Amino acid sequence: MDVFELLKRIRLFWSRIPEQVQRLSLLAVFFIVLFIPVRNLLVPKDFGKYGHYRPSALEEAAAQEITYAGHEACYECHDDVVDTKYHGYHKTVACETCHGPAAAHTEDPDVELPAPRERGYCPLCHEYLASRPTGFPQIVSASHNPLKPCIACHNPHDPVPPHTPAECEACHAAIARTKAVSHHVYVPCVRCHETPEEHKVSPRQHRPSKPATREFCAACHAEGATTELETRKVDLATHGERYTCWQCHYPHLPGSR
Amino acid sequence: MNQAAKIENRKRYGRRSFVKKLLFAVASLLVPRFLAASDKLKEAPVWILAGAYNPNEHYWGMGIDISKCIGCGRCVEACKVENQVPRDPFFFRTWVERYRIMEGGEVAVDSPNGAIKSFGNDREEKDIVRSFFVPKLCNHCDTPPCVQVCPVGATFKSPDGVILVDAEYCIGCRYCIQACPYGARFLHPETRTAEKCTFCYHRISKGLAPACVEACPTQARVFGELRKKASPLQRFLRMNKVGILKPSLNTEPKVYYADLDMEVN
Repeated sequence: MDVFELLKRIRLFWSRIPEQVQRLSLLAVFFIVLFIPVRNLLVPKDFGKYGHYRPSALEEAAAQEITYAGHEACYECHDDVVDTKYHGYHKTVACETCHGPAAAHTEDPDVELPAPRERGYCPLCHEYLASRPTGFPQIVSASHNPLKPCIACHNPHDPVPPHTPAECEACHAAIARTKAVSHHVYVPCVRCHETPEEHKVSPRQHRPSKPATREFCAACHAEGATTELETRKVDLATHGERYTCWQCHYPHLPGSR
Repeated sequence: MNQAAKIENRKRYGRRSFVKKLLFAVASLLVPRFLAASDKLKEAPVWILAGAYNPNEHYWGMGIDISKCIGCGRCVEACKVENQVPRDPFFFRTWVERYRIMEGGEVAVDSPNGAIKSFGNDREEKDIVRSFFVPKLCNHCDTPPCVQVCPVGATFKSPDGVILVDAEYCIGCRYCIQACPYGARFLHPETRTAEKCTFCYHRISKGLAPACVEACPTQARVFGELRKKASPLQRFLRMNKVGILKPSLNTEPKVYYADLDMEVN
């Protein structure tokens, strides 16, 4: 079949189509042809490189300016402060948490960073709030040396209380309150918990001991022990022999069950 | 019709010739696809952002330890500074909520100015049964409803799992703000485009942690790779009892919470 025959056939087909359909289809062809260059013009060349979106949007997001330099940047010049901080309670607090964004300062050291010295700043973390986790050091600033700036007594890079509280209850208040109303009120904490002196400085690295055996309680509570008459005594052989004592008795409030 | 004409006719319109033509037609349909595919292969090494960051090699997520959060709001401050978020008290990419479960079951949730200046004591302490802080941000859902509803395809999930907004394509119609079940989006008052947490895309693509993670004084926020075993986030997921927000919506968030309370939503 040659080209002329094909053309003849197409012309024949075309002439058989009703005129209104002919016009409409011409219009459709015109729009389809127009659509292709318009689409090429509007859609970015690399569209769909990563997914159905403009890939340079990723690069634009990545090109945003950095203002926080990151905790590693400070060490280069301020290694002494970073080292001090590393061994203190503020180990996990990044320099920029208090001193603000430092990217400009790392570029040009003449750009000075603020150091919050006023009394209002430290309470952002250390003011007493009922919602803060137990054990997190908190104060009530209205009664905690009012008007005195925090840094008069505490070094923010190595914050330790000026005097470590001697009493256990300074930190373990909830246990101390329970024990105060129990039969064990006169038993000092250290009789059961051997506490290394370092526990006051780094409480989690140097933990106090905990009694591990039935025999420990038995030293006071077994029949024949040399404690006062009022102390409850039990026969170790028959009293809950398969259990350790604190599975039934809470040592800080032994009366409860 | 004579025999020769019959054979000629069969050659032209017979079954064999029909199948032959059909095969050619189908094959010609596929040709442009093959060409396009070979084009893509040539492009493959270019799939790398400036600075040798390949988004295909990463998959980011965040872990938040609720029992470590002290509600100081340093993350909120850091986020606003880093990303030039408007300072008004209703535009936040991240914010901290305080949950207080009261005697009798009432749950009081507040977040004064996103907790940028921490919180105050405004309720009788003896009425509080339990209480904690919940830092919130875009959950970077794996099946994000905000991406689904965007009529112009301006918001999308990047290859490293971060949900981003193309501000040039965004028409500010606020569908995505409505669709987000976590309320993590807002309309920027000046650009009039949708804005949200980007996991600090400009920082993570340069090997830095997001600003909120950097600023957190108690390391309540952990940021890292979801698909690499050695990442701190994977360790966080192994060591904690983690939960996600609104699991019933099947949005598959990539922000995980340790010690998540049932009352949090």
